[in-house]
Amino acid sequence: MSLVSIRDVRKSFGELEVLKGVSLEVAKGDVVAIIGRSGSGKSTLLRCINGLETYQAGSILADGIEVGGLHANLRELRRHVGMVFQQFNLFPHLTVAENVMLAQTVVNKTPKKEARDTAAEVLAKVGLSEKMDAWPSQLSGGQQQRVAIARSLAMRPKVLLCDEITSALDPELVNEVLRVVEQLAKEGMTLILVTHEMRFARDVGTNLVFMHHGKVHETGAPKEVFAAPKTPELQQFVAGTGH
Amino acid sequence: MLQFSFWDILSNLLIATQWTIVLSLIAFVCGGVVGLILLFMRVSGVTPLEWFTKGYIEFFQGTPLLMQLFLFFFGIALFGVEVSPWMAATLALTFWTSAFLTEIWRGCVDSIPKGQWEASSSLALTYIEQMRYVILPQASRIAVAPTVGFSVQVVKGTALASIIGFVELTKAGTMLNNATFRPFLVYSLVALIYFCLCYPLSWGAKKLEGRLNVAR
Repeated sequence: MSLVSIRDVRKSFGELEVLKGVSLEVAKGDVVAIIGRSGSGKSTLLRCINGLETYQAGSILADGIEVGGLHANLRELRRHVGMVFQQFNLFPHLTVAENVMLAQTVVNKTPKKEARDTAAEVLAKVGLSEKMDAWPSQLSGGQQQRVAIARSLAMRPKVLLCDEITSALDPELVNEVLRVVEQLAKEGMTLILVTHEMRFARDVGTNLVFMHHGKVHETGAPKEVFAAPKTPELQQFVAGTGH
Repeated sequence: MLQFSFWDILSNLLIATQWTIVLSLIAFVCGGVVGLILLFMRVSGVTPLEWFTKGYIEFFQGTPLLMQLFLFFFGIALFGVEVSPWMAATLALTFWTSAFLTEIWRGCVDSIPKGQWEASSSLALTYIEQMRYVILPQASRIAVAPTVGFSVQVVKGTALASIIGFVELTKAGTMLNNATFRPFLVYSLVALIYFCLCYPLSWGAKKLEGRLNVAR
């Protein structure tokens, strides 16, 4: 059974239709890389999956929970669907450890000590054990993004959504974040990534989704799709990105 | 005829000043509590609640405080409920203060980046939890200076309660003037006392503003 099942989803911002009937199945352990030009609807699609955006038609089932339902249990859904953002969005008034502990203690009612142990564990996973008590403002962009990943991991999500998580980083900081994501993929974490890192999409992804004009234009195994794009739009896009 | 010395005038004014302080404190604290509730409604994203608070704020910001005092003092009496000047002044000043504080605080909440809402949403926090743990701790830092600054307006606003017969500093000044016929002396002292109450507040607000600007 699919972990995330997207069926014919449509979404408009006023007059502008950004998703024109998108369908996508994501199984447990999949690493889905969504690529496409800006404005193709890829970020919007990702944001629909955890209810940050609403959609007008179609359905999204994530971990068996209907996202767009009238009384959608968004809280339950979001406990199992993590998200990492382009701008990190760490809480600046909390230390690194507190950032990672907040949702555990508030949402899951985990005791402080246990939450701190979990924080230590996930921060070790992203290579930031020594920064537990630092403030976000004292960290580099790459470190902040790794804390943001750890913050999501602390909730033990079944799927992690990554929205262009390296786009706001200086080039030399991109790899430290990608390495963390690659490690997660190896450990079997289900990932859906909107990305501009084509090499990463090809090497780490299990599925590639090329979005164009609000639709899934082409999809398949990344290596095959990159080697031989079927549609002229993807050919053009791949040529334009230098791969 | 009774003679009032300078010290008689001053001590009577100072006794009445206590009531100005009490009324200011009650209006500020109660207005703050009501304002906080209204703030939660105002930024909830729930349209009817937002419309209600918008209307509330427009009404109390768009009409003179004196009219609001009259409405509470004479208006409630129409329903057969006896309202003391004390009660009317407390109610009117509380609601008036809450409207302004809500609007000040809304501006502070709005200045928190949208990403903070989205990140806390995606971590499954509810609206109340987002406000409590993520938004308000950040917004309150920004809010301290303008809030303290606004308290000056509350202190001066209490002067209007004199018109419905509440004996605070201004009313005491009027009464002493009627008894002594020394308006310049009496009202100079009244103004001086208001200044002594308000100046530390506006000075503090400036200080806080400066300190917070340096901090981040």
